Amino acid sequence: MAKQHPYLLEMNGITKTFPGVKALDNVTLKVRPGTVHALMGENGAGKSTLMKCLFGIYKPDAGEIFLDEQKVDIKNSKDALNYGVSMIHQELHPVPQRSVMENIWLGRFPVKGIPPFRFIDHKKMYRDTVALFEDLNMAIDPNQLVGELSVSKIQSLEIAKAVSFNSKIIVMDEPTSSLTGNEVEQLFAIINKLRARGVSIIYISHKMEEILRISDDVTIMRDGKYIGTWPAPELTIDTIITRMVGRDLSERFPERTNKPGDVMLRVEGLTSPHAHSFKDVSFELRKGEILGIGGLVGAQRTELVEALFGLRSVKSGAIYKNGKPITVKSPIDAKKHKIALLTEERRVTGIFPVLSVMENTAIANLGIYENRFGFLNESKMRKEAVSGVEKFKTKTPSVDQLIRNLSGGNQQKVLLARWLLTDPDILLLDEPTRGIDIGAKYEIYSIIIELAKLGKSIIMISSEMPELIGMSDRIMVMSEGRSTGILNGNTASEQSIMRLAAQTG
Amino acid sequence: MDAAKGLKLKNIFSQNAIWIVLVALILGIAIIDANFLSITTLRDMMVQSSTRVIIALGAAFVLITAGTDLSAGRVVGLSAVVSASMLQMPDYASKFFPNMPELWLAIPIVIAIVVGLLVGLLNGIIVAKFNVPPFIATLGTMVAVYGANSLYFDMPPNNSQPIGGLRKDFTELGTGAIGGGQFSIPYIVLIAIFVAFIVWVVFNKTRLGKNMYAIGGNIQAAHVSGINVARNLMWIYAIAGALYGLAGVLEAARTGGASNNYGNMYELDAIAACVVGGVSTTGGVGRVKGIIAGVLIFTVINYGLTYIGINPNWQLIIKGLIIVVAVAFDIRKYVAKK
Repeated sequence: MAKQHPYLLEMNGITKTFPGVKALDNVTLKVRPGTVHALMGENGAGKSTLMKCLFGIYKPDAGEIFLDEQKVDIKNSKDALNYGVSMIHQELHPVPQRSVMENIWLGRFPVKGIPPFRFIDHKKMYRDTVALFEDLNMAIDPNQLVGELSVSKIQSLEIAKAVSFNSKIIVMDEPTSSLTGNEVEQLFAIINKLRARGVSIIYISHKMEEILRISDDVTIMRDGKYIGTWPAPELTIDTIITRMVGRDLSERFPERTNKPGDVMLRVEGLTSPHAHSFKDVSFELRKGEILGIGGLVGAQRTELVEALFGLRSVKSGAIYKNGKPITVKSPIDAKKHKIALLTEERRVTGIFPVLSVMENTAIANLGIYENRFGFLNESKMRKEAVSGVEKFKTKTPSVDQLIRNLSGGNQQKVLLARWLLTDPDILLLDEPTRGIDIGAKYEIYSIIIELAKLGKSIIMISSEMPELIGMSDRIMVMSEGRSTGILNGNTASEQSIMRLAAQTG
Repeated sequence: MDAAKGLKLKNIFSQNAIWIVLVALILGIAIIDANFLSITTLRDMMVQSSTRVIIALGAAFVLITAGTDLSAGRVVGLSAVVSASMLQMPDYASKFFPNMPELWLAIPIVIAIVVGLLVGLLNGIIVAKFNVPPFIATLGTMVAVYGANSLYFDMPPNNSQPIGGLRKDFTELGTGAIGGGQFSIPYIVLIAIFVAFIVWVVFNKTRLGKNMYAIGGNIQAAHVSGINVARNLMWIYAIAGALYGLAGVLEAARTGGASNNYGNMYELDAIAACVVGGVSTTGGVGRVKGIIAGVLIFTVINYGLTYIGINPNWQLIIKGLIIVVAVAFDIRKYVAKK
């Protein structure tokens, strides 16, 4: 019965149950050799659980895994590597203080000499690294410290490392989440090269346009169940979304019902002390207005809003609120002036993972719960946390749940509730829907519009152009630290934003 | 239904594991020697635990912020010497301050506690304002405080003689009790219980407490949330120092003397008790109840194993094992949740 193996990897009937949750229910994943296989689904659909089963981090309750039609039992990620399966994580974990080549060959350094006098063969390691990079068309110095590399270079390095293990299957989890347009092209070139050699890529991403461009097959999961696998050319963004959420999202954005009023915030010539950061940025923000900020990675948008919030210093320029000049030197000042910030890095600068939803909600505003003896009124704290959970339909068993057990979208809702308790006039939202699944995104959009309707002024940074266009009254586009133009949200197009975003000099 | 019940039972066990271990230890020792369960023994252990609880609670403040405090033991020594030097009997032959009049009892005690508080504040300033890692900052003060204490202790006419002849009203604090005979309750135990209650209130009912958990849970998010991280950290280290100061006073009162070597290495016992009691070494987690249980476990091991005649060197090995095993279990709890 000689035949060509149709599949390089087959995962059949994978089921995994956690206390109270069926995380995976009879899931199938079949990956053809030499293809890019997109794995899609909302957050919580079970994509990462499935991958953890592949890498032996979780042991499935039922189901079988075949590699090249051989049944395999992968016990840990080292086993996986030996079977030729490797993963590029969303968060990269290199050793920043060591060189590029040491990072690649970590744990399997080439050695020379006779035991017990064996030493690391640095020359061979250098040669092998250069050969590896040449093979993949990567321009990285093997001796450079990894800490000095950009995110995209580190990612290339991780891919090279996977290739050096002769991996037949490489899993990429949100590989483009922090790459610029150019770097995405480089990544795709590498992916194409690997595909041509027969390597299969399992590609996990939320970015539909990318997936339709790069992938051959698409497997969609929903609520821990397998929905199906289709050839990518047969799919459109709408059909993918419909299958992922199981309902028609006829509109991706709620209707904007907010009415911009008088000028709330005026920024004039704001300039950072750092040469490559924001320069001479001026704009106005009205009461009840949503001002989008667009631009490529490196446009210094985050730096700008962090300066408005007092997290970064300002060399020159002025900020006026309601016509009066204000200085914001710290988040404490920002809170005094009723400015709130939802940071981009939710896990790094937003949540307190080991604290409860209630504590996470109350923390920025403990003063209002303090009685005159300095004691906190816990029942009031609880009441407001509960009302925040109810208002935003946050999915959590109770407000006593640790926030780290919530999904990204629900964590974001808790953070929104936290900042709303400070009763801000101005809300700075830095990529508020990053890493959040589509259903929850729509809910966050509705909340943002509702807040604008209540007269809050909102600045929203987003790297997703449809989101900018769908949500903003006006869009300020930045490039290399400067504002290159302000567009009307009703008439802006992706092309007009892109033109301004790419404008240099 | 049964599964849920089982889970609940499991939770009750894992959440109170330390108390179960404590009871098991006491029962185990009692099986070997039933006399262990006498009121006198239990009271002795409570007295021994009292100052340790106070020091451990101070260390817990710092540990929960994901810091550490190595200066605890030396601050205990400093405040013991400072308080004792001012509280000798008027007719005692070799007085530290020969001409010092008999002070109101509270004055030297408050001075000693304030000295501890100032050392703590200094730790806080070094950590919060100069961004020196807590381990290094408190290593520095630990060494320097011992030096300062030894200088003070060596001043003529004392010249490094152990300070003795303490006033009765002072030693009464450490050795006296309410009531008499079998059922008396030592003052020092009452003080420790009172301190534990106050610390519980601070941990759970005040802004400082919530900020402490937040800073330990995610210091960057705390900063972004508009918490004045530096000011809170300075308070936290200062309170910790004050608690060590109080413990030093009580140590002097309990033992009726003081020398510059008092409190040596107490910080390690305090940190051990905290981690065994469930204070997370990565910050953000820790409860008063657990810390008390942690202290009691070590006291029971010290006292109980001596009681049934186990070589003290074995006790050290058992203590070491307990520290490592407790943390290994604790870490496992978090790893499993991922």
